[in-house]
Amino acid sequence: MNIDIITSLYVFMLAAFIGFEVIRRVSPLLHTPLMSLTNALDAIAVVGAIILVGEGKSTLATVFGTIAIVAAMSNVMGGFVITDRMLRMFKASGAKK
Amino acid sequence: MIRSEYIIELAYLVATALFILALKWMSSPRTARRGVRAGELGMLLAIAGTLFHHGIVDYRWIAIALVLGTIIGVPLGMVQMTAVPQRTALSHAFGALCVTLVGTAEYYLHAPQVDRFMMVVLGLEVILGSLTFTGSLMAAGKLQEVLPQRPITFRGQNLVNLGILALAIALAAYLVVSPGQTWLFPVIVVIGLLFGVLMIIPIGGADMPTVISLLNSYAGLSAAAMGFVLNSKLLIIAGALDGASGFILSVNMSKAMNRSFSNVLFGAFGQAQAGAAGTQQARPVRSATADEAAAILAAASKVVIVPGYGMAVAQAQHKVRELFDALTRRGVDVKFAIHPVAGRMPGHMNVLLAEADIPYDHLIGMEDINSDFPQTDVALVIGANDVTNPAARNDASSPIYGMPILDVDKARTVMVIKRGMSPGFAGIDNPLYYLDRTLMLFGDARAFVGAIVHELAGGDHH
Repeated sequence: MNIDIITSLYVFMLAAFIGFEVIRRVSPLLHTPLMSLTNALDAIAVVGAIILVGEGKSTLATVFGTIAIVAAMSNVMGGFVITDRMLRMFKASGAKK
Repeated sequence: MIRSEYIIELAYLVATALFILALKWMSSPRTARRGVRAGELGMLLAIAGTLFHHGIVDYRWIAIALVLGTIIGVPLGMVQMTAVPQRTALSHAFGALCVTLVGTAEYYLHAPQVDRFMMVVLGLEVILGSLTFTGSLMAAGKLQEVLPQRPITFRGQNLVNLGILALAIALAAYLVVSPGQTWLFPVIVVIGLLFGVLMIIPIGGADMPTVISLLNSYAGLSAAAMGFVLNSKLLIIAGALDGASGFILSVNMSKAMNRSFSNVLFGAFGQAQAGAAGTQQARPVRSATADEAAAILAAASKVVIVPGYGMAVAQAQHKVRELFDALTRRGVDVKFAIHPVAGRMPGHMNVLLAEADIPYDHLIGMEDINSDFPQTDVALVIGANDVTNPAARNDASSPIYGMPILDVDKARTVMVIKRGMSPGFAGIDNPLYYLDRTLMLFGDARAFVGAIVHELAGGDHH
């Protein structure tokens, strides 16, 4: 075990605690957009796939990585687009049309 | 570290902060769109920063894949609001696919020199990733109704499923000890894919909100595992946030369905629903016509509308908005009571009503609205059934006993728009319909609400 792993475990633990505290405060009105937003943010996995493809260390890595970028990038675009579309529809009483 | 790497890491650090802010701003509809902007900016920074990574020697495939992903993603962001649950399930599948593919590629790049901790995490990553991939595809198929929504169950199902999962974990454990057995890796992935299918087969349509949340959590955790493998703090944090979000929503949903959390974790949701059908007898109900209903509504000062997914199936949202406008214009206080599992995913009903231009401050969650029912003149139930069933509160023999419900039976008058007397999803009779204070409004939700609106408008001319 090297020091990176320990640091990563600390990061994971702290992020999980922050996640619980932040998500608990999300308005239940917005649970559907919340899920599509976290889904888009989760697609940050695309950065791992980009490096994998760019380094081109093996054919397998290039092929799998390219498919992975397509999948993750579609989540990035689709997730942000639909989250914003949903949130635009939420209007308070005063602000009609 | 060379200088470009510092800059990239700095971009990731800012992106991380923006991601956390994005979720924080989701706490209110007023700030939520700012949250999306923050998320987008963070994503842009992270991707742009990554493109400067010194190890990247070839941009061709990256460019093609980014463009292709955009071409696929944007239309998926434009689907109808009723289709958001299946879109969400599909995006969980895409996320899991990405994680599984990258994990597999990383393993073969490093095998047989994979240190033990890394192998543990890689195993976790691809097992979670592969089961989430097929599980989410199955869920999307059921929601889109290209797959049968009925749960398929067989004896010993849980044992078989757990056995398969245990096999995948055992093989991964063997790889931890001897990471050179490269043939084992695809076997683990295939078992994970198989488990994902088997996990969703026994689950019926009514349990989809829980399933989607759980798959959301798995997708997040598999991405966090990928972050460990790549030593990317940004990915660990994004995955942990997503995992926590899915976990909280799963717990919410299982509470709202009165399922224990272990019941949820083992994917045995579909089974508590059997039984209790056939106890129906022909009891008298009171019914009313649209003009009678309109007269009662017009005389009320406080009305609570209880929408269920049946309202969305009947495409009645916009007629309901017209009813809301007509009553509000007459000075009636109109609120909507939202049960946590109304709709096909957490929060879905709020989105459907917001789309119909109903102001969000009139959408009230179960816990806040229940104390209002005793002071409510009319509770109007549209396309909801089990979530209004008082048997959940006072009949210990009912299969849904203990499930939190909307206390509509405490309102002075209850009106239920329903096609006929058939029982709901769970096949359970609803005593609400036989109360003295209940009026059944038989008909299609959209047509009936339209008729009430028409009557209310007619009344204005007198």
